[in-house]
Amino acid sequence: MEWLRLSPVEWDAMRLSLRVAVWAVLLSLPLGIAVAWVLSRLDFPGRRLLDGCIHLPLVLPPVVTGYFLLLAFGRNGFIGSFLYAHFDFTLAFRWTGAVLASAVMAFPLMVRAIRLSLDNVDRGVEAAARTLGAGPVRVFFTVTMPLAVPGVITGAVLAFARSLGEFGATIMFVSNIPGQTQTLPLALYTLTQVPGGESGAMRLCIIAVIIAMVALVSSELLSRRHATALDG
Amino acid sequence: MRVKRTQGRFLVDVDFTGASSGVTALYGPSGAGKSSVIGMIAGLARPDSGRIAIGDRALFDSGRGIDLPPEKRRVGCVFQDGRLFPHLSVRSNLTYGMKLISPAERKIPLDQVIDLLGIGHLLDRNPKHLSGGEKQRAAIGRALLISPSALLMDEPLASLDPARKDELIPYIACVGREFSIPVLYVSHSLQEIRRLTDRIVFLRDGRVEQVAEC
Repeated sequence: MEWLRLSPVEWDAMRLSLRVAVWAVLLSLPLGIAVAWVLSRLDFPGRRLLDGCIHLPLVLPPVVTGYFLLLAFGRNGFIGSFLYAHFDFTLAFRWTGAVLASAVMAFPLMVRAIRLSLDNVDRGVEAAARTLGAGPVRVFFTVTMPLAVPGVITGAVLAFARSLGEFGATIMFVSNIPGQTQTLPLALYTLTQVPGGESGAMRLCIIAVIIAMVALVSSELLSRRHATALDG
Repeated sequence: MRVKRTQGRFLVDVDFTGASSGVTALYGPSGAGKSSVIGMIAGLARPDSGRIAIGDRALFDSGRGIDLPPEKRRVGCVFQDGRLFPHLSVRSNLTYGMKLISPAERKIPLDQVIDLLGIGHLLDRNPKHLSGGEKQRAAIGRALLISPSALLMDEPLASLDPARKDELIPYIACVGREFSIPVLYVSHSLQEIRRLTDRIVFLRDGRVEQVAEC
């Protein structure tokens, strides 16, 4: 079983990937819920444009998205230079940049799932809550959100899985620096490029499968617990 | 109330005064604008112009620029499909609106409502496991517990079978009397209405055809 032992580089890659994926999901979830709500409930000029922009990362080659991120958030980019000049903060070639890349790539999947469940929330029940004295914000937190929980769970898990698999945008935006930005897929790719890297690559594959399975099963358990809670 | 509202090519132009307590029925064939009227009183639909008031409290007055949002109107609504919160128990459904008003304003006690509607044994159940009649009783209780200044009922019996209807009508009849709240009861069944009240507003094609005490 000696060959199953992870090397320090592989450990780093796994930990980094998990950290990046968790942060990407946590940071984009509030925005994802907000955007999904806007798309589901509001009708305004430019709604289709917003919808299209959010879906862009899903259809663009990831490398293109990564390049855009580099142009915008690189140290010389229009947002990146501002952040660097005023907050001494940079995303390029840092793990935080990998978080941004993963979040952007996973965002359309997250929004789609949440929006779908928001569309399914009965507007009549929300209206009933209004007549009972609840303002729009209270209705959102006490009626809409609890009923949309399954979609939020699905969206978060999809985004998490997508983040773990992020390759193109990440390597373009933050490069492939071991211990800094070398996530699991990047490490796996690197290992296959060097002689004798096959066993390492296989170990990372197995880890990727395990993480994905754990994420899937836990989302299934969460949804089922929510369903039984609804059953009372 | 007196309101006008255009919905596409359909014009609702209604002017009537309900009884200050007890049941007033709003009768008309489907498409007469009954539900629009309810929606406008509840604040869920906006009239183009007119005035809606309960007593001397204006809910909507286009002349004076008054348009209270539904949560400020304190108008209890019972809908055809119940619209109980599926993620809450019957008890939490009942107290949802009650908890949003200050205890001093709660004129209708929880225990009395539960007794009157006979829903004591259902409190810990999920709405999904209630029969149609039980759902509507819970919905009536939920609307009563905000101590409303009026109670609107939009075909609350329409989705029930005849036996359930018979079971529910006495509850509705006593609600208005017991708490002396004006009740506006919408239905397309005269038979149903006759058992509840003799004060009927006839609606046709978005207009009041007749107000009758029969």
